[in-house]
Amino acid sequence: MDKIPRWADIFLVPFINLVLAFAASGLVVLAIGENPFDAIYYMIRGALGSTSGLGYTLYYATNYIFTGLAVAVAFHARLFNIGGEGQAAVSGIGVAVVVLAFDWPHWALALPFAIIGAGVMGAAWAFIPAYLQAKRGSHIVITTIMFNFIGAALMGFLLNGILKNPNTQNAESIGFGPGAHLPTAHEVLAPLGIAFSKSAPLNISFLLALLCAAGVWFLLWRTRLGYQIRAFGQSEAAAKYAGISSVKIIILTMLISGALAGMLSINVVMGEQERLIKEFVEGAGFVGIAVALMGRSHPFGIVLAALLFGMLTQGGFELLWEMPAISREMVLVIQALIILFTGALDNMVRDPVEKLFRRIRKGRI
Amino acid sequence: MANDSVLGRLTDAAPAIELRGITKSFGAVEANKNISLKVSKGTIHGIVGENGAGKSTLMSILYGFYKADAGEIFINGRKTPIPDSQAAIAAGIGMVHQHFKLVENFTVLENVILGAEDGALLKPSLAKARAVLVDLAREYELEVDPDQTIENLSVGHQQRVEILKALYRQADILILDEPTGVLTPSEAEHLFRILKNLRDQGKTLILITHKLKEIMNATDTVSVMRRGEMTATVKTADTSPGELAELMVGRKVLLRVDKKPAATGKTVLEVRDLKVKDSAGVERLKGISFEVCAGEILGIAGVAGNGQSELLEVLGGIASASGSVRINDHQLDLTGRYSDGQSRRARGISHVPEDRQRLGLIMDFMAWENACFGYHHDPKYQKNPLMMDNGAILADTEQKMQRFDIRPPNPRLPAHSFSGGNQQKIVLAREIERNPDILLVGQPTRGVDIGAIEFIHQQIVALRDAGKAILLVSVELDEILSLSDRVAVMFDGRIQGERITAETDEKELGLLMAGMNVEAA
Repeated sequence: MDKIPRWADIFLVPFINLVLAFAASGLVVLAIGENPFDAIYYMIRGALGSTSGLGYTLYYATNYIFTGLAVAVAFHARLFNIGGEGQAAVSGIGVAVVVLAFDWPHWALALPFAIIGAGVMGAAWAFIPAYLQAKRGSHIVITTIMFNFIGAALMGFLLNGILKNPNTQNAESIGFGPGAHLPTAHEVLAPLGIAFSKSAPLNISFLLALLCAAGVWFLLWRTRLGYQIRAFGQSEAAAKYAGISSVKIIILTMLISGALAGMLSINVVMGEQERLIKEFVEGAGFVGIAVALMGRSHPFGIVLAALLFGMLTQGGFELLWEMPAISREMVLVIQALIILFTGALDNMVRDPVEKLFRRIRKGRI
Repeated sequence: MANDSVLGRLTDAAPAIELRGITKSFGAVEANKNISLKVSKGTIHGIVGENGAGKSTLMSILYGFYKADAGEIFINGRKTPIPDSQAAIAAGIGMVHQHFKLVENFTVLENVILGAEDGALLKPSLAKARAVLVDLAREYELEVDPDQTIENLSVGHQQRVEILKALYRQADILILDEPTGVLTPSEAEHLFRILKNLRDQGKTLILITHKLKEIMNATDTVSVMRRGEMTATVKTADTSPGELAELMVGRKVLLRVDKKPAATGKTVLEVRDLKVKDSAGVERLKGISFEVCAGEILGIAGVAGNGQSELLEVLGGIASASGSVRINDHQLDLTGRYSDGQSRRARGISHVPEDRQRLGLIMDFMAWENACFGYHHDPKYQKNPLMMDNGAILADTEQKMQRFDIRPPNPRLPAHSFSGGNQQKIVLAREIERNPDILLVGQPTRGVDIGAIEFIHQQIVALRDAGKAILLVSVELDEILSLSDRVAVMFDGRIQGERITAETDEKELGLLMAGMNVEAA
């Protein structure tokens, strides 16, 4: 049929992109006088070489799955939600309020309510830009970016005000009670006789992320709402012909997107920090954009891309440690190169690959 | 006429254009297979073929948009490679595209010199172009006001600017791609006069069209393309529309529609004083009124852009309006929540939109996803309140594909991989199978191959005979005349006149389309 086989589309093209990205990063490492192969080795060892490293990798990947799914859902309705960062930040308030409001007897009871708290706050933060887009035509890219700043300011205001822990100088809430502690990988795996690092922050939110990925797939390709979201995203004019309300789709899609971004605070605020701090999102909202791009807005691709970006994040920290010549900024450059190659320069690889397949096919006929 | 001299020129030694063995593939699709063609200097050569036959690809190769995989181009007997459109212009080839490539807010003069300026300062170029334009206008009946901006010109005049642009660049060979699609019959007639003038001055013209009547009226020779191959090249005088149609499709085609007299019932659609403003506040419908009865086809004729699209959009629930629309004595909401497509469908209105690729289909959706589009709330497509029943939709689509002979009959192919005719059949199957009280159809056969046209016309007439009301909008006068029982002609947002089809003719309708007031016979 047309273009390239599915496997090449999903695996081969991203793989070539990655190789190119690593080659370019290697030149950067070489330019500052370090051995690029050593650098790659340290990164991979740091990300996968120990259960501690793996725990961190999967912990970061959990964040990226949430934010990647958030971007992807909106993208299916052709809405570019840049506001994952702000939606995730504000969702932390929801988690903190829910967890601090009661003395929870068990995490399994606290978790569903925390999920609701995070989802409602994340969705609420996406609702205003969505409403402005749907009713007033204000561009969602602009408004969601603005809401990232407003969200950051709101966090600062609350954490220096009513949510502040009076016993510290820092802008943070008081610690959560032990009843809201989410089981970590160590705690879950130990009874099964599997030793896993105690220090790694990986917790059961990872399963929630996988569940969300499956849920997004189900929503988009099995439900009527998903059908309408995809139709609207493909052609607004055709959606109008079919009687699909643009206002309804824009707002519902953004609510879902915001709620997904909000799930990040389950992993970070409830699962790792166990208190609300000011800048806990740490750019995961933006990484989600790259993850969604690389994952081609498909939940399965997003899980794979999130794992890769989790490795990059954790491996990057390890690299800082092992190679003093490499600075934090240098790690950012490497990560940015990978985003550039896998996201923005996708067509650079895709076109030659398509041509190659065309030639191969012609040779066979 | 000067017919003898034209035929004499056909035997000239060096043809203006000669193509030898042109081959071009897109992936697995062979758009042009080993095509050879000679066009003599000073003739009008027609190229006909169904959509997707490869006409546009061949002309794009000649104009340098595509590079042929194999084959050679000879211009005036000399081998001329044409890697890009600059080379085509240098070789004296000009092209008038179906969709004009003009800068809307530039004047005629500015458009003519665009890309052909003589230097950094515009004044000398403009002065020169003005002089050339005056000469050309006198020579070829190509009058246009050089200082008018394009957006203030009629479509016919805009087309003249395109021709002037090519002539200003010293084109000796002019390719026209579907030039009459947007013209009134009288504008088209004027265009053909211009083309004949150009031919008589020794220019060579290639006319791409799917209208066989134009081929018969305007060309000296004609080539027929089918599935990427040149199946015949004949002198126009030696052929007939029937023969050409057969060559295009590869089998006998019925050019007229067989239909019984209408058995009209009660009024289904009643429109009173309908007014629509566009987003810029311009009134596009200026108070129109008409009725459609059960068992009849009302044709809406008119040049594109005179309010027909807006009429369909209002009735189909895409645009809001003021006035009154009643369906089976039920007043429709024309604004607000219940004026959307879903509410219209619930009232028994089905709508085959004019632009199926933009409105009627989601091109990246698979056929089965498109086959329930707009009816996705129908309980028979739901598994439970949350999920759609994809299996049921697939089975339903397979049946539709069989009944409407949609090829290839694979519901899992995306809409964009079907031909124009089969895309239209997907939309038509979806809308007709709903068994609506009234079917709105816009341009049912635009971009559809002749074989499918026959089928689509039969389906529309069959629905009429089943006692349904049909509102047909088409810019093809032939289609209106052969399908509809009554004709209303729209001009400038109004109904300029209404006629019984059997009691009118093309000439009278043409005058109405041009905005003339004609007393009913």
